Amino acid sequence: MVLRKTLALVAALSASLALSPAAKAQDEPIIAAASDLQFALTEVATAFHGQTGKEVKLTFGSSGNFARQIQQGAPFEMFLSADEKFVRDLLVAGVAVDDGTLYAIGRIVIVVPNGSSLKADGTLGDLALALKDGRLTKFAIANPEHAPYGQRAEEALRHAGLWDEIKDRLVLGENVSQAAQFATAGGAEGGIVAYSLALSPEVSKLATYALIPNDWHEPLRQRMVLLKGAGETAHDFYEFVQSPAARDILKQFGFVLPGDTT
Amino acid sequence: MDWTALALSLQLGALTVVVLLPLGIAFGRWLAVTSIRGRSVVEAATALPLVLPPTVIGFYLLVAFGQGTWFGQMWRDVVGRPLVFTFEGLLLASVIVNIPFAVQPIQRGFEAVGQELRDAAASCGMSWWRAFWRIELPLAWPSILTAMVLTFAHTLGEFGVVLMVGGSIPGETKTIAIAIYDRVQAFDDAAAARMSGLLLLISLATIALSYGITRRTGNRRG
Repeated sequence: MVLRKTLALVAALSASLALSPAAKAQDEPIIAAASDLQFALTEVATAFHGQTGKEVKLTFGSSGNFARQIQQGAPFEMFLSADEKFVRDLLVAGVAVDDGTLYAIGRIVIVVPNGSSLKADGTLGDLALALKDGRLTKFAIANPEHAPYGQRAEEALRHAGLWDEIKDRLVLGENVSQAAQFATAGGAEGGIVAYSLALSPEVSKLATYALIPNDWHEPLRQRMVLLKGAGETAHDFYEFVQSPAARDILKQFGFVLPGDTT
Repeated sequence: MDWTALALSLQLGALTVVVLLPLGIAFGRWLAVTSIRGRSVVEAATALPLVLPPTVIGFYLLVAFGQGTWFGQMWRDVVGRPLVFTFEGLLLASVIVNIPFAVQPIQRGFEAVGQELRDAAASCGMSWWRAFWRIELPLAWPSILTAMVLTFAHTLGEFGVVLMVGGSIPGETKTIAIAIYDRVQAFDDAAAARMSGLLLLISLATIALSYGITRRTGNRRG
């Protein structure tokens, strides 16, 4: 009796095999994007859907991790990196169709959660003071080993002469979005994250920010590229990101656009 | 609520159970009755995924299934899709990490049947297959059900391995556990809270179910 019931259960489970998600009917490309685009690119994709009726699936993470996954054969059709190097690597590895397009230049900011003892000071003066007087316990940046925004944060901290002192108090996000989450959740006094994240409604209600001078670090030249096997929708989306409508959205999120002055 | 991710997790759990059940019964019973010399080594190897950090398993799977490996290449040639960062790869990874959750309860179940009963069945002229089907399997049944419940629940909660070999692709490898992680990073605490609450309920129900099974078995024996 019990045995028969269980056999029926197993049969039902097997039936779900037939509904395996491997069967994909329409052209809905999966697009890997640097996590500084978390909010901006979601809006771009909504606008793209409004204009063309087509859908893209976005997944956000650290550019370095995506570059590795793409080289391992991850089925992404397009990659929006937070810097240029990873796109070049993919071209060399033979998985990108060309060397891509520069789509935006990113900025970094210091964010300070509401109620923190730290002041949002773009020249990091108060950060230096806080390190000395012991106000600073934890400070969040993205992991410099594979996240471009983490590398730029490290460069800015080195430029300010604070790197050696602050190293032991850093909490590292797996990507810049997680760093922003660490920086604003209250466990840290602040952090250095992407301007585009600080401008989003989700983050701006939790924290204040100040821009860090853009000559304190290498520029965040963000490049995107179509990957081998990209379908029609991915090609359309690639064009759309360069259209005036998408550029306007990116500008709202603090990106400097290629071809624009400032 | 990310329904796609929830459906994907449920599907992954169900398929892991379907794949592991026959393997777990065959292997678990063999472990229960065998007296070969290397038995404890085999048992230790079976238990390995319990203690190995998920990132270690993830790393080895990535290295073993990747595009550059013969296995990854062969899979791609035969199936036409890469194994890493796909649902099939996730299923394979899930089957491997769940081996102890399936095999150990089943092994205990068949051990509890006892050699005397097997001998008695044989002396009554029952064939091996008939004795297995009519006596051993029904007696070991509660343990097998426990194994299925544990495997299913553990698959829903698996995070580290999925993060490393999955790549968080919506509808393909983004399970509910990964979706929660993504929502937290997107500052969407409300969605993360809803999904976490649902997983909490499912886990509670699973534990209650497996305790219920154990208690019923105890009553029957007592």
